Amino acid sequence: MGWFLLPFDNLLCMLLGISFTVWFTLLLVFIIVPAIFGVSFGIRRLYMKTLLKVFGWATLRIERGAKEKNHLIYKPYSNGIIAKEPMSLEEEIKEIRRSGSSRDLGAASQEFEMSDIFYFCRRGVESIMDDEVTKRFSAEELESWNLLTRSNYNFQHISLRLTVLWGLGVLVRYGFLLPLRVTLAFTGVGLLVVLTSIVGLLPSGRTKNFLSEKVHLMCYRICVRALTAIITYHNSENKPKNGGICVANHTSPIDVIILASDGCYAMVGQIHGGLMGVIQRAMVKACPHIWFERSEVKDRHLVAKRLSDHVEDKTKLPILIFPEGTCINNTSVMMFKKGSFEIGTTVYPVAIKYDPRFAEAFWNSSKYGMVNYLLRMMSSWAVVCSVWYLPPMRREEGEDAVQFANRVKAAIARQGGLVDLLWDGGLKRAKVKDTFKEEQQKLYSKMLVGRENYKPGACIIAHK
Amino acid sequence: MGSRASTLLREEEIEEIKKETGFSHSQITRLYSRFTSLDKGENGTLSREDFQRIPELAINPLGDRIINAFFPEGEDQVNFRGFMRTLAHFRPIEDNEKNKDPSGTEPLNSRTNKLLFAFRLYDLDRDDKISRDELLQVLRMMVGVNISDEQLGSIADRTIQEADQNGDNSISFNEFIKVLEKVDVEQKMSIRFLH
Repeated sequence: MGWFLLPFDNLLCMLLGISFTVWFTLLLVFIIVPAIFGVSFGIRRLYMKTLLKVFGWATLRIERGAKEKNHLIYKPYSNGIIAKEPMSLEEEIKEIRRSGSSRDLGAASQEFEMSDIFYFCRRGVESIMDDEVTKRFSAEELESWNLLTRSNYNFQHISLRLTVLWGLGVLVRYGFLLPLRVTLAFTGVGLLVVLTSIVGLLPSGRTKNFLSEKVHLMCYRICVRALTAIITYHNSENKPKNGGICVANHTSPIDVIILASDGCYAMVGQIHGGLMGVIQRAMVKACPHIWFERSEVKDRHLVAKRLSDHVEDKTKLPILIFPEGTCINNTSVMMFKKGSFEIGTTVYPVAIKYDPRFAEAFWNSSKYGMVNYLLRMMSSWAVVCSVWYLPPMRREEGEDAVQFANRVKAAIARQGGLVDLLWDGGLKRAKVKDTFKEEQQKLYSKMLVGRENYKPGACIIAHK
Repeated sequence: MGSRASTLLREEEIEEIKKETGFSHSQITRLYSRFTSLDKGENGTLSREDFQRIPELAINPLGDRIINAFFPEGEDQVNFRGFMRTLAHFRPIEDNEKNKDPSGTEPLNSRTNKLLFAFRLYDLDRDDKISRDELLQVLRMMVGVNISDEQLGSIADRTIQEADQNGDNSISFNEFIKVLEKVDVEQKMSIRFLH
């Protein structure tokens, strides 16, 4: 029987060999070579347009299916589900007291009323029904369906045709796109490590910097293609320059790849072990990035000193920092940590907004690990985002670091169409500080015994 | 977020909750999505920690009292029905309900039940009376460290004096209702849905 199979064996090997060669050639021609030169065939944009049409059709089918059965569809609303009064604590309690009293109170009602509790009660229950913070730490809900199981809320309304389409989608995504992307990712990272190590062997000088720039850009572009990221850059004239700090809102680790494929930055971060560590150590050979040991991260002065030393050297690349400190779900911008705004240099704000229809870009680090997240990203349709380079800002006279940080944050939020929040992104994991509750108590106490008894406290959070 | 919201909640359950609380179908599914997103342990019930994770509630001076209102006596977990039952108190009173025939049980969001919710925030030991001590404790929660014991004491005394009618130095629910008879409870203790 053995001799019978031999020719088939040979045939199989030949076929495999041929398909591999074809595969790699296609890869090289359509993806890697354009990445090296920074050009694009436009295939990805065509792909994106086709997908949008398909999603639109899918949503219509679901709505039609639901109407036929006379069911109601679950429609998510990201702007909040309840009406909140924009009145302050003082105004509302005064109104409650006024409505309940037969006396003519005039301007000053300084006495406790049992009805005061209604204010706290209602605010409390409002925040239970819908609050501004917790929903920023989970993925945004979509209004139309994008043929991914992970974002469907109306299972029972899927017709046969839609299921077939979804099945096709799964085949395409997991059978074709995922292996392609994983190959590219490995190629990109591998090339990055190897080439930066080679460039690192050169003596410092203009050649080295030039080559390092080219190498970094090329490898990041390959990684961009590994995610099928379709990025639109706006206002490139405001791109960060040497000696500055680039700040951006943070949604996922992919932010780095997106920004670094369009310009060269010095990264800041903690040295990791394993594969990340290898990549980090290789990168720093070619151009100066700022990596900290785990022990050094806690030392704020050390961090600030290294950052300022870096920006003073005008030959070094602009630093890339994400001041939120953690990943937020791209519907809002949360508190910026003031550390990077204390260094007296130009800040280049960048706003990044992902299109949620193509992939859930937000990394919920409490739910998924990094590898799981990357696999999810690579098995989504695409990563579509817009990057806006905002005009550079400097700290003004009489403005402290916190105010400067808030000004930059407001500009980024406005450009990206995101909600500007004062809450700390750290609330993802940590409890809120007691000082905020004490502010509320102070405000209320003033209403009971009059203003003369207090030093005016700085109200950090405006609880409207 | 509660990604399978409308499928895990069965139609019959939604109907039952609708009857009991008066919320609409879409409001119930939306609140169920909210419930599941708060339920970090994914076991179908909320604990006190789940509520305390909401920053805006954690900074509310009466946050703990409000959280307590969701949990029946002696229990540590609240399921979706209990959650909705408590939230139902804050449903706005619609016009067609105001003139309802008093033969059925009173709806959860009636004026009286709204006042009862507020009363229970004051009544710490659930004995249906607000004693001077309980009033002092709640006042202390609301003002923090900013008012002295004596001042707070006199505020409490004055309040009880004005409200107490049967001379037992505490405020019963009926006395509570009387004090607040002119307040627009329907509006101040209602939360409007946008959709």
